[in-house]
Amino acid sequence: MTGTGIGASVKRVEDQRFLTGNGNYTDDINRPGQSHAWILRSPHAHATLKSVDTSKAEKADGVIAIFTGADMAADEIGGLPCGWQIHNKDGSPMLEPGHPPLAHEKVRYVGDQVAIVIAATRDAARDAAELIEIDYGVLPAVIDMDSALAGGTLVHDDVPNNRCFDWEIGEKDAVDEAFAAADHVVSIDLVNNRLIPNAMEPRAAISDFDRSTSQYTLFTTSQNPHVIRLLMGAFVLQIPEHKLRVVAPDVGGGFGSKIFHYAEEAILTWAAAKVHQPIKWTAERSESFATDAHGRDHESHAELALDKSGKFLGLRVATKANVGAYLSTFGSSVPTYLYATLLAGVYTTPAIYAEVQTVFTNTVPVDAYRGAGRPECTYLLERLVTKAAREVGIDPVELRKMNMIQPDQYPYQTPVALMYDCGDSPATFASALKASDYAGFEKRRAAAEKSGKLRGIGISTYVEACGIAPSAVAGALGARAGLYESAQVRVHPTGSVTVYTGTHNHGQGHETTFAQLVSESFGIPIDQIEISHGDTDQVQFGMGTYGSRSLAVGGPAILNACNKVIDKAKKIAAHIMEADVSDIEFADGKFTVAGTDKEMAFGEISLAAYVPHNYPIEEIEPGLDENAFYDPLNFSFPGGAHICEVEVDPETGDSEIISFTAVDDVGRVVNPMIVEGQVHGGLAQGVGQAMLEGCVYDDNGQLLTGSYMDYTMPRADDLPNFSVATQSVMGASNPLEVKGVGEVGAIGSPPAVVNAILDALAPLGVEDISMPATPLKVWQAIQESSVRQAAE
Amino acid sequence: MYQFNYQKAGSADEAASAVTAAEDGRFLAGGMTLIPTLKQRLAQPSDLVDLAGISDLVGIEDGGDSITIKGMTRHVDVANSDVVQSKIPALASLADNIGDPQVRNRGTIGGSLANNDPAADYPAAVLGLNATVITNTREIAAEDYFDGMFTTVLEEGELITAVRFPVPEKAAYTKFPNPASRYALVGVMVAQTGGDTRVAVTGAGQDGVFRAGDIESALSGNWSADAAKGVKMSDADLNSDIHASAEYRAHLISVMASRAVTAAG
Ligand SMILES: Cc1cc2nc3c(=O)[nH]c(=O)nc-3n(C[C@H](O)[C@H](O)[C@H](O)COP(=O)(O)OP(=O)(O)OC[C@H]3O[C@@H](n4cnc5c(N)ncnc54)[C@H](O)[C@@H]3O)c2cc1C
Repeated sequence: MTGTGIGASVKRVEDQRFLTGNGNYTDDINRPGQSHAWILRSPHAHATLKSVDTSKAEKADGVIAIFTGADMAADEIGGLPCGWQIHNKDGSPMLEPGHPPLAHEKVRYVGDQVAIVIAATRDAARDAAELIEIDYGVLPAVIDMDSALAGGTLVHDDVPNNRCFDWEIGEKDAVDEAFAAADHVVSIDLVNNRLIPNAMEPRAAISDFDRSTSQYTLFTTSQNPHVIRLLMGAFVLQIPEHKLRVVAPDVGGGFGSKIFHYAEEAILTWAAAKVHQPIKWTAERSESFATDAHGRDHESHAELALDKSGKFLGLRVATKANVGAYLSTFGSSVPTYLYATLLAGVYTTPAIYAEVQTVFTNTVPVDAYRGAGRPECTYLLERLVTKAAREVGIDPVELRKMNMIQPDQYPYQTPVALMYDCGDSPATFASALKASDYAGFEKRRAAAEKSGKLRGIGISTYVEACGIAPSAVAGALGARAGLYESAQVRVHPTGSVTVYTGTHNHGQGHETTFAQLVSESFGIPIDQIEISHGDTDQVQFGMGTYGSRSLAVGGPAILNACNKVIDKAKKIAAHIMEADVSDIEFADGKFTVAGTDKEMAFGEISLAAYVPHNYPIEEIEPGLDENAFYDPLNFSFPGGAHICEVEVDPETGDSEIISFTAVDDVGRVVNPMIVEGQVHGGLAQGVGQAMLEGCVYDDNGQLLTGSYMDYTMPRADDLPNFSVATQSVMGASNPLEVKGVGEVGAIGSPPAVVNAILDALAPLGVEDISMPATPLKVWQAIQESSVRQAAE
Repeated sequence: MYQFNYQKAGSADEAASAVTAAEDGRFLAGGMTLIPTLKQRLAQPSDLVDLAGISDLVGIEDGGDSITIKGMTRHVDVANSDVVQSKIPALASLADNIGDPQVRNRGTIGGSLANNDPAADYPAAVLGLNATVITNTREIAAEDYFDGMFTTVLEEGELITAVRFPVPEKAAYTKFPNPASRYALVGVMVAQTGGDTRVAVTGAGQDGVFRAGDIESALSGNWSADAAKGVKMSDADLNSDIHASAEYRAHLISVMASRAVTAAG
């Protein structure tokens, strides 16, 4: 036994280099002869570019070149593509207005790229940028979705009413019938607040062009370098794959915001061939706030129909989703297939209908952010179900229990396309209720009251879809790419192993978890295993890391490649030990011949593969190096129950989380410590969305929350000591039986927190509060309720 | 950042004359406010005159019925000072709640008061405790020192060398932090010094720190939490932003004042 296989809490091997400052991030890389870029950005949310005069700036010290949108347009550079095509209710495709990397003729949000200044130093580039004279024809900006849909001001002249698409899912008639037969109808209006991702490492890129080979290289802060190579190479710059190398080295967090193909990548790569010099660009923190794709930003109206006993009969949802000024890479799929397909939640609601309009506004594009669509869905359902419990007069625990999908109902076909493969929501729910001592809550509420505090408890039960995705299913739904994953397992002559994975590690601990899979498979310790990722010249192909897919999709690819290695190694072992292949057994790193004491170690076989003196050369090739591509048959469906307890100070509106219990079903757990860490991180972001984080633009499209002075990032002291546990039904849709854990914390937690705050405030008559539930909003809700009650 | 000349001064006088002589000179203290401003290109001074290393500007002196804190004394040193903790614990705890450890390890009382951020904590201490700001040229009473947000009566090249705090009979500072920046959304210093009751409010006023006269009157006759809470503050000249409406700030002033009275005992 190696002690480093599946199930061991191995310490993260990558942390040594990160914690000692030896990570190799894009900004740490310098290329010989490198120049530096400053991107000049629009200070206006909406304006025509009447003229852009770079003549003075070009003469400034150290300037190498300056390019504008007109230069890119002259080179016929295409717009940034969207990776997922959605269709309208009437079957017509969504509107996809052009997205020029450098704005041409018009700017559409504060931060839109207007020019790139390339100079000997970053300061010289920035100094010169201040000399560029731009005549902006400032236009009214459209920021909120209702005004946008009213259509007075158009973000894109060719998109009427600023509506990108108007999509639907589910059976409208069946839902109408369910509502007609209902005893109770409960409705809710919700805003899912816009968030700014805030990865610790700002975006950065270095581009290079080798004149002798016409080879382009781009180092970039990406979660999926092959996807960038494909999107940028094929759709924007027309560079074929064999002439384009994209490297995503160590990346300091992404949370989704580094999935997308960003304009700066294309601008730098294009410009490198013009200036024949490497170009480096690193965003300032302020640029990250203003130009990294934001997350969430939904407004929804939802209605739930129930019968007399509380059984859910039907669900109707109408959502408006802000996509910002342009469609980002996955901006169209997040508010549709990653959102509304989960509206059944953990419940047996038989009829569901949802319609989603996506809206262009003069704000930075909105795209996937930790959870991507599933937090929006879970928040809507769990707020609505909690409200239903109160209105119908059934205990929120009982109402959930009586509507939950039971373990014997799997596989469970929902009315909104997805089929849940396996799960046991009642079990995780029961465990969470027990772990949180739900039954003892009223005592704690009474105790809090004595010290002037209002105590509340809130529940959220959820299911989400990970393991993105079965390519055929995704393709049928409009994805413009496959979503399999690949692995190459290269066994070296002396038995150490390098694994090339198409996923990307940017904080998740893949270098440890994936090595554990190989350790388990080959029976060798993980210090004999290296996980390599991020370089398109090294890794065969890959779709990258997002949607909690890396272990669920990338893991089986590694496993399959390992199995191919073992199959081949058995043949070598059989030959050398003069036995039949069917008699060769492999366990704990040793090949043995059944019924004999003959054995060979893993390293002996690998050496034989590379020094094939005594080798079945007529039957198999030398070497021990195998490839596998894995495409799952279904999504995986993690789920669970989160319970939050808060105390509110009614005098100030300040809320404190006293305890938070999470019981999550993530399938097989490869490294319990890493899983716990992922849940902690997700919960921190979920609490952040619920209580702290909110992106605010003013009416002119200026970002009011453009720094940490105004955007509240969760801090350690905002968070309680989480109580987290996993309780799994082994995953049914992949051979590793894993489900995904990266997003569960951020998906399940926000409604638990808000439901808890509302529970605390219920005695004061407060019925609604929007996220983030800041002290100001809580206090205002209390005031409004007391004014209302006084009037009644 | 734009280019600037860096100068290191050997004494307070040298520093003051270097700033006066420069085309657009600035003192550099802890740099916690000034450096980010420069990085964002929001200021373009010709010269920075670094005060670090001027030993005369650092330290805390026990003057019996007063404490004198030198201008370059860091927040962490005020927070940890035995003298401050024993004589004006409200001031030590105020300093201990400024920003985060990194900020407290660099930021200085002189820098904070020269900057006069309307949400900074020290202004409430200076006004509430009726301190005297001492510069290289004069002594300025708390009442006369603050001149609206980010403005003071300091002249160009005038250097804060120390701040003298009379020791109060009782005092406490209560801060309701801005959730994002953790500066004061509302911070209230209540104090009784030589029979005089003072209530100074930071974070809330459009013109920066101010004395809450209504609460002072209420407390003069009846030093109690209820008396403070009973005062309904007007929201007329208070700030309104995404973190707090003027109305909410007005409410918080009474609540924070009442909690400070309880803490002061
Ligand atoms: C993340 C963060 C959080 C913070 N949180 C808080 C908080 O909660 N509460 C709070 O009160 N403050 C807070 N601050 C501000 C902090 O207290 C700063 O240290 C203070 O505002 C400035 O002090 P400094 O020594 O860094 O001055 P500097 O930044 O060096 O200088 C500030 C200004 O004062 C001038 N100056 C400096 N020293 C003198 C002097 N002796 N005489 C005359 N002029 C001088 C400089 O020329 C400059 O214009 C925070 C700052 C940061 C970065």
